[in-house]
Amino acid sequence: MRTVSNRHHRDPRRRIALADRYDVIVVGAGLAGTAASYLLAKAGLNVICIERGDEPGTKNVMGGVLYRQPTEKVIPGWWREAPVERPIVEERLWLITPDSLVQAGFKSLRYAEEPFNAFTVLRVKFDKWFADQATAAGALVITNTVVEDVIRENGRIVGVRTGREDGDVYANVVIAADGVNSLLSKKAGLHGELPPNRVALAVKEIVNLPREKIEDRFLLNANEGATIEIFGDSTIGMLGYGFIYTNRDSLSVGVGALLSDFIRKGVNPNDLMERFKTHPMIRRLLEGGESKEYMAHLIPEGGAAAMPPVSTDGMLVVGDAAGMSNAIYREGSNLALISAKLAAQAVMEAHEQGDYSVRTLSRYNALLDESFIMKDLHLYSRTSRFFQRNSEFLELYPEMLADAAHELLSVNSVPKQDKQRKIMRRLLARRRPWKLVRDAVGALRSLT
Amino acid sequence: MASTETTFNLRAPAHGARVEEKLYNVRFKTDEDQSHLIVLDPQMCARCTDKPCTIFCPVNVYTWELKDQRISVGYEKCVECGACRIGCPYFNIEWRYPKGGFGVQYKNG
Ligand SMILES: Cc1cc2nc3c(=O)[nH]c(=O)nc-3n(C[C@H](O)[C@H](O)[C@H](O)COP(=O)(O)OP(=O)(O)OC[C@H]3O[C@@H](n4cnc5c(N)ncnc54)[C@H](O)[C@@H]3O)c2cc1C
Ligand code: SF4
Ligand code: SF4
Repeated sequence: MRTVSNRHHRDPRRRIALADRYDVIVVGAGLAGTAASYLLAKAGLNVICIERGDEPGTKNVMGGVLYRQPTEKVIPGWWREAPVERPIVEERLWLITPDSLVQAGFKSLRYAEEPFNAFTVLRVKFDKWFADQATAAGALVITNTVVEDVIRENGRIVGVRTGREDGDVYANVVIAADGVNSLLSKKAGLHGELPPNRVALAVKEIVNLPREKIEDRFLLNANEGATIEIFGDSTIGMLGYGFIYTNRDSLSVGVGALLSDFIRKGVNPNDLMERFKTHPMIRRLLEGGESKEYMAHLIPEGGAAAMPPVSTDGMLVVGDAAGMSNAIYREGSNLALISAKLAAQAVMEAHEQGDYSVRTLSRYNALLDESFIMKDLHLYSRTSRFFQRNSEFLELYPEMLADAAHELLSVNSVPKQDKQRKIMRRLLARRRPWKLVRDAVGALRSLT
Repeated sequence: MASTETTFNLRAPAHGARVEEKLYNVRFKTDEDQSHLIVLDPQMCARCTDKPCTIFCPVNVYTWELKDQRISVGYEKCVECGACRIGCPYFNIEWRYPKGGFGVQYKNG
């Protein structure tokens, strides 16, 4: 093992001495990285968290729904202090066709009061606040610094090489929290490049609107928020969906789909966004709004089957870097935070035992397996495989549903039984009975 | 020879905002010295029929220069999503992060 060195060098921007040895190096000050840094520093470990952005958050994009309960597993009562936009009181699900809309939703006044269920956030603001909490807990968060590689000694990872001069930093363990692109876990040899059907590409815009307009258009009381997830014509048959979430004075508007589908269909993401924003079912919600920022980001896809090994000698992988995302349930932030918490727990145990081999660190794998994370991600593997194989779900079924609703709800002096027969005939003309049954069973099995 | 036109025929908007306009609102700190994106083999691009990077890049960093028969790389507008690294069918793009503190600096996220 390498002995502790007292060599220091000056950080040119922050004017802080950067020791070259820590208990833990965390790469990335996103949700997972900051959570791990906060918890480990609080437990008394010597932690450095290295972020490539000029501030924590400025590289990060999220639709914006952050869940109250999982975030409390890191900082109880966080939402009283943190910069949140609006608590979510209503969630809507839309299926759209070029000229119709079928919708479902849930609204509850219980969500408008403590303890709340979820809040919209803007990551640039939130991540900065979150990193400040880690700093206050004793972690050293440094920005403007890219981690370029891992450093190995005798086969195990003992530190990282950064883009700074004299930028080698050593620790007992490295936590890779570097997000979906995770070049670090690739450098560590944990996996190769992701194939294009294992990531979704999403674009997002901030559309400014006055508060009262937002509250009127979304039927909200002052300061309450709503979400809409929009499937069907929003992605012109690609596997993905669009969303609109309410912030205080703006809407987060986004649309995303598998990268492989963008390639297959030859679709440009900005064209898709423009088409989404001007869709007849959506345009009026955004009318008069001013587009303030345009962003793009990847989302890991494929669930457990697509994950790299999450522990190795001297390193753990958390959050998006480990492929933890459950897009149909709009979950990612919670998986990042909870996986970071479990990784921190495994590191604390390794620290107590003074043993950072994969044998001890793989306690993290066991903790993940026991938690909802791996259970949900195994299920999500099935779900995403099913929908990738049956992409007609995203085009055909919304259309058939809208068609049926149109038939039933059009008052035209036709007896209801005739209408039902007509709907069935039209359905069967587009899909054979055994196919319909197979679709229904398949979809149910993939979701449960 | 493949053309630079996107094959995607939008049923919608004639008045859609171009990404170049949207980028006026996005903050960047550009590394004037070097590109973090490098096309490795220009010959490969000439042979690449669909040139998907010119279509799926959300900010149109890549354009096919018909005259010079090569891809030009407007790295200064890259928002670092990573799609081209994964989506180039020939792994012909060497993809790095910009130097620490450089590149896109979102204001909202
Ligand atoms: C459009 C979109 C909408 C989403 N909506 C939701 C939602 O509503 N709710 C939800 O729960 N989830 C949502 N997600 C998913 C969620 O954003 C992610 O799961 C979550 O951000 C993952 O957190 P993370 O800490 O693992 O990674 P990130 O938040 O990506 O953090 C990674 C950090 O590492 C830094 N970094 C990377 N490489 C290096 C390096 N080499 N050196 C130094 N620093 C580095 C990055 O700059 C970044 O700060 C959404 C994602 C997208 C793209
Ligand atoms: S996709 Fe790759 S090979 Fe094809 S044009 Fe783009 S960079 Fe060249
Ligand atoms: S990383 Fe994303 S934004 Fe940058 S060039 Fe590649 S596809 Fe375009």
